[in-house]
Parts: sequence; C-alpha cells; structure tokens
Amino acid sequence: MTARTVALQCLQCILVTTAAPLLAGWVDQCRAWLGNRRGAGVLQPYRVLRKLLRKEAVVAHNASWIFRSAPYVRLAAMALAGSVVPLLAPLLPLAPAADAIALVGIFAFARMVSALAAMDIGTGFGSMGARREMLVGFLAEPALLMVLFTPAFISHSTSLPLIVRELTATRFLLYPSMAFAASAYVMVLLAENARLPVDNPNTHLELTMIDGALHLEYAGRDLALIEWAGAIKLATYMAIGIALFLPWGMSRTGSASGIAVASSLLAAKMATAGAALAAIETVLAKLRLFRVPEFLGTAFIVAVLGLLVHFLLGS
Amino acid sequence: MDDSFPSPPLARVDGPLPAWMATMDGDSWRHACAQYQSRGGRLAALWGTDARDCGAGLLVHALLAWNGRLLWLTTAAHPMPPHYPDISDIFPAAARPERALTDLLGIDCRPHDPRPWLRHNAWSAHEFPLRADFAGGTQGADTPYPFTPVGGEGVHEIAVGPIHAGTIEPGHFRFSVVGDEVLRLESRLGYAHKGAEKRLADLAPAEGIRLAGRICGDSTVAYALAYAMAIEALDGHAIPARAQGLRALLLERERIANHLGDLGALCGDAGLAFGQAQFGLLKERWLQTHHQMFGHRYLMDSITIGGVASDLGTPECRQMETELAGLEEEVHTLEDIISEHAGLQERFLDTGTVSAEQVLTHNGVGMAARAAGVLRDLRVEFPHAPYTRLNMENPLRTQGDVAARVALRFAEIHAAAGLLRDILAKLPQGPLQAPAPDKTQHTRAARALGGAEGWRGEVFVTVERYGGDGLHRVHIHDPSWQNWPLLELAATDGLVPDFPLINKSFNLAYSGHDL
Repeated sequence: MTARTVALQCLQCILVTTAAPLLAGWVDQCRAWLGNRRGAGVLQPYRVLRKLLRKEAVVAHNASWIFRSAPYVRLAAMALAGSVVPLLAPLLPLAPAADAIALVGIFAFARMVSALAAMDIGTGFGSMGARREMLVGFLAEPALLMVLFTPAFISHSTSLPLIVRELTATRFLLYPSMAFAASAYVMVLLAENARLPVDNPNTHLELTMIDGALHLEYAGRDLALIEWAGAIKLATYMAIGIALFLPWGMSRTGSASGIAVASSLLAAKMATAGAALAAIETVLAKLRLFRVPEFLGTAFIVAVLGLLVHFLLGS
Repeated sequence: MDDSFPSPPLARVDGPLPAWMATMDGDSWRHACAQYQSRGGRLAALWGTDARDCGAGLLVHALLAWNGRLLWLTTAAHPMPPHYPDISDIFPAAARPERALTDLLGIDCRPHDPRPWLRHNAWSAHEFPLRADFAGGTQGADTPYPFTPVGGEGVHEIAVGPIHAGTIEPGHFRFSVVGDEVLRLESRLGYAHKGAEKRLADLAPAEGIRLAGRICGDSTVAYALAYAMAIEALDGHAIPARAQGLRALLLERERIANHLGDLGALCGDAGLAFGQAQFGLLKERWLQTHHQMFGHRYLMDSITIGGVASDLGTPECRQMETELAGLEEEVHTLEDIISEHAGLQERFLDTGTVSAEQVLTHNGVGMAARAAGVLRDLRVEFPHAPYTRLNMENPLRTQGDVAARVALRFAEIHAAAGLLRDILAKLPQGPLQAPAPDKTQHTRAARALGGAEGWRGEVFVTVERYGGDGLHRVHIHDPSWQNWPLLELAATDGLVPDFPLINKSFNLAYSGHDL
C-alpha cells in the first residue's frame, strides 16, 4: 500500500459519491431529449439534493431507530460499494473487500434495511413497497450472482480487481459467454435500480411504485440521503458493468498519465451507458407487476446460459 | 318495445330535450320507476328540492331515460320525519344520490346505507344545507366512516387519499387486497363539496352561468351549456341557429382537448414518457387556439345565457380546418405507435374490464359505457338541435377494458373532428344572441331541463321555480355519479398497481360530483 494508491482510493471515494448525481442527471437529460423535451439540465439532481438538504426531516411519531437510521445506513452501504469497485485502477487498498459476492451482500443488506424501515411505521404504502422490493430482490440477486460467476470462472477469482486484471491482461478476446452475462446484467441493473420497465423512477402514482413506495414517508434531509444513495447505486452498478464487460483502459500502474486516460475513458463509458439506459427507458413501457418475475427469470436463465456456454466452449 | 308511456299523464318539460314530467304520490312513484326499469329505462339523476315555502313540501325527483325520452318524476316526501320510498333496489345507481339527499335535505329513505356521502363534518347530521331554513353549518363531530370489511386469511386494507402523491383532486380509495390483488375497492367522495347548488339558487343567471362553468374545470362548456339550456327554457329564449352551431363546436373542442390530455396521461402512467410529451404538445397547441379564438384556454365563459360570447370569422374557420387536418394526421401517427407498442398494449388489454351487463345494471353513461358496447350519448339518444342536422358518427368499442377506452378516445377524437368539419361547413349566418324574451307572451315555466354530452358523458342541469322571480333550486348532475361505481367494479380482481391506469382511463370528476 503506497501513498499513491491511498490517494487514488480517496479520489475514487470522492468521485463516486460526488459525481453519481451527475450521472443520474445525465440519464434524465437524455430521456428528456429522446422524449422531445428540453429537460432540466444535468445538474438538476444537485439542485434537488440542495433543496432537500435544507429542509428539516419530518418523521412519523411512531418511527423507531430503524426508520431514522436507514437513510444513513443506505448511503454508507452504497458509498462503500462504490468505493471498492475498480474504477480507474484495479488494485487499491480497499480492493480485497471488493469480492463480487460480498458486493451482492452489501446491496442485499441495504435493501433489507430499507424494507425494514418502510415497514417500521406501519403505513400501507411502506409495507406494500417493502413487499414488492423483496420480490424484486429475491429474484434479482440470484440472477446477479449467476452473472458474476461467468467472469469469475474465466479469471478464476470472485474478486473484481483480479477479474479486471485478468480480462485486461490478455489481448482483446471476445468471450461468447460474456455476451450472455452482459445481457443478463443489463436486465438486473434495470430491476435493481428501479428503472423502467420494472419500476418508473418518475412516477407520482403511489400505487404503482416499488422503490418510491419504500421511501414515501421520508422527507427533507433523510430523503436527500436516500436519493443520493440511489444515484450512487446506479453509478456503482454501471461501474461494475464496465469493470466486468468493458474494463479496457484502466491504469495498471496508477501513474498520473494513466489515471488521466482512465478518467476520460471512464467518463465516456459512463456517458454512453447512461445514454443507452435512457434509450431503453424511452422505448419501454412499465411491466405489469406480475410480469416482473418473468423478466427477472429471463435474466437468470440468460445468465445460466452464459455459464453453460463458458463450460461448453471453454471460453 | 311498447312505445307508449306505461304510467301517469305526463306534461312536456320546456327545453330542447325531449322530456316529460309528472308528479305523483310515493307508491306510484316507486311503481313507475319499477315499470320503466323493467322496460329498459335507466336512472339518469336523483335529487331533491325544498319547496315548503310555497306549500309543495320537500320534493324528491328522479330523472329517468327511457326509449329516447327523459322522464322527470316527482314525489313529495312524507313529512315527519321526511321520507320517501327507496328505489336503490330497482336502480343500484340510486344508492349514493339517496345518501346525498339525506345529507343535503334530510329526506331519508329506509332501508338504506346510513353512512353520510357528501357530508364530512362541515355541518352536523341535524342540519341540511339545501333547506331554506339552513343557517350555516356548525362543525359536526368527527364520526367514524366504516368501510365494508372483507374477511379471509391474508386480506388487508390499503388506504389511499384523499391527499395523493400527485397534484390531483381529493378522493379516498379503500382497497381490500391479498398481496397485490384487489378483492374490493370502495371509494369515499365528498371532500370537494363546496355548496355549489346552494349558491347557484341565489345567483342571477348571468352570474350563475359563470359559477356553473367553474364547478368542473375540464367540462366547463358542458356545464355552462346545460345550465344555459335550462335557464333559456325557463325564460323562453329562442336560440339562433348560428349560436347553436357554435355551442356544439365548443363542446367538441372541449372533448378533443380532454381526450388528448388523458391519452397522454395514460401513456405516462404506463411509463411511456414519450407519448405523454407528444400528447401534451398537441393539447397545448389546441388550448392556444382556444385562447386565440375564444379568449380562454379552457373555454370558460364562452357560452352565455341566450347564445355565445364570441363569433368566428371566415379566416378563423379556415384556420380551424387546417388545424384539424394537422391534428388528425399527428393523432393517427401516435395511434399507430401506441397500438403497435407491445409493452403498452400488454398493460392496457384486459385491464379494468367492465362488461356491458355491469354498465346496464349500474346505469353507466358516456364514454365509459360506449367503451363497453352500450351506446349512451345524449346527442344521439335524445335528438335535439343542432345535432339533428349534423352527421353524427357514434364510435363504439365492446371490450370494456382500458384498451377499449383508449381506442374509443382515439375514435372519438376523429369523430369529433368530423363533426367539427360538418359544423363549420353548415354554420348558418345570423345573430349570436337570442333577443330578450317577451315576458308577457311567454307563460313562465316552473321547471326546465338542460343537458349536454360532455366528454365524460351526459351533464344535466335542472332548474325549478315555484312562484316569484328567483330560482328555488338548481341541480347539477355529473355523469360520474353513475360511473364511480363502475370504476370500483373495473378495479376489482385486478392488480393494485394497475389501478392508476384504470382510474385514468375513466378520469371521473371529483368536484363535479361533490358539488
């Protein structure tokens, strides 16, 4: 562990937490453009966060410590997840924590805390949101694990930095199995981040919400933390996707020039991924709730197919 | 079908609509309702009047629709305590108006649902706002409102509203669910009650029409037109043909504006923001034309007692024809996109279905009835000027689901566009305003009826005058009274997250219902 890697690690923590709302703003802006609207600009999420952070947090009288602490736990979990995913350079001080399975665990933990908090104050929407969120999570998590197993088998490791090293060490190779895994990963990303067609992040209809219903009782600061955590989660999922399927361009040594190249490549990849997400959301309508299991079941099957292809073709 | 009236002698009601009236005692009133019901009649409205100061007592009125005619049947309530025979076993649609009658006038019919309907503690259970001796309400005690319980393992209730996450009108919905499946939906309304009928009885017609046009903002033309028709019939105005044509034109423009807005909202509710933006654009342009030609984006105050407020010149007529061609082309394009969008159709098809049988049982009206294959259209059922000289298209859909209501709204945009062209082509020259009626010549009627087929369905306004110059009673009937129960049926056995879509496909009135 050198001073340089520690500095890089700090840089990544700050980058993920502060730039995540920019990515969310970029996705919203792309959606606006694709829908023939002008849009509020990429900085809109920051304005929303500033507005919410200035407001006091109104909490239900019967809320317990679970409800009050959930926004902080969620934000901390997402910031941790965002910090350990290889972003600019694969080997950082926190890298040993970045085991793919542990990462899935962090997300599951955050989900569990959110669901408990939603049920804590006993409103109809909270428990409805919690129930639906657990339905999505219960189907998305196995699919996500299956997706992660394909690159893990290729690189003989479940550690994301080692996967990145392995994938970037060899010359550019097309793995057919990875194409399956990537398709399944996109489906899981949509479900896990409450995007269309599984959930509509822009709806005000409380009866249709999944993620929104979970957080309907939060206000002010607490809501700001939750929205911020949501933005970090999206950025982290995109970063994991990039690390697994498009890792080329990361700095192996951590030199200044290498980091500069890696940063600009990362920005380009994130922007492209954000625009692609917006395009997917523009052409799709929201699924009927009981079709969500089919959607995630498909993701699971595709991910399993990726694994089978890996074993059959050895690639 | 027997074409003769099955019961007592009826007198013609003044006004352009083919309506007749009769007054009878309670038992014959109930008997007449049963007779018309058995011959395919339906309940169009139920309300009451306080006419005690001129000796007529507390009156209960039922407006029935039967065989192309409207029948206004009146009975005086038995005094002490005021009551009348229950007809909700004959017409289920009477159940809620009966509760409103208890709330507003203290006329009871037993047995019936004892819960209040429009009263939300703004006045106590012993005060009745529509009685002449009402002295302003005292805040009532907060009484519990028990919803019908649903038993069974795993059944629980979701309470939604009256405050919602979006900016919409207040209404409470109580879902009894297992997981995300709806076993029963019961709505509670009345949060938007503001005493409009009481106020209308005190206002001179010139002021009254402004208020009538503001009770339900998205149907201002239909409300103002129905009110104007009733007042004009009462006072004996003869409306010039040009004004009649322009009124029909305004009504169709209002229909198109609402269908455009709701189709956009339906796309948005299903997650297709693109559709919402496109329909929003079309509606905005349409409203800007309203502002340019009639001085108000939602056409408020464009109809006056005796005529219309503004005329259309030849250039405006040409502009409107061009605008129609452009609109129809764009709507066609969007229709293609929507009907070929698999995700959207998957959400719409078989969602929120009401059968024709349910529509007939609950006397459903308007667009929602037409989407289930039941032709309920005031312009067609009760022919009157100017529709008798226009080419009417009557689009119908039979499936009764959200998809059918979406398809019908598209078809109605095209039908309304065709009607607008026909109106413009046949618009006669002449004055915009009826001459002041000769009060010495015309025997002033005691009652009159006006009605208009708004975009939701038939809006009725009845006015009553028992001696003197002022109005005793103005009653406004919104089609939502019959269609709210249909919406509850449509949501039953569906999924909770599909309800907003079903709700939007009906888009019923709160303010127009709560009055």
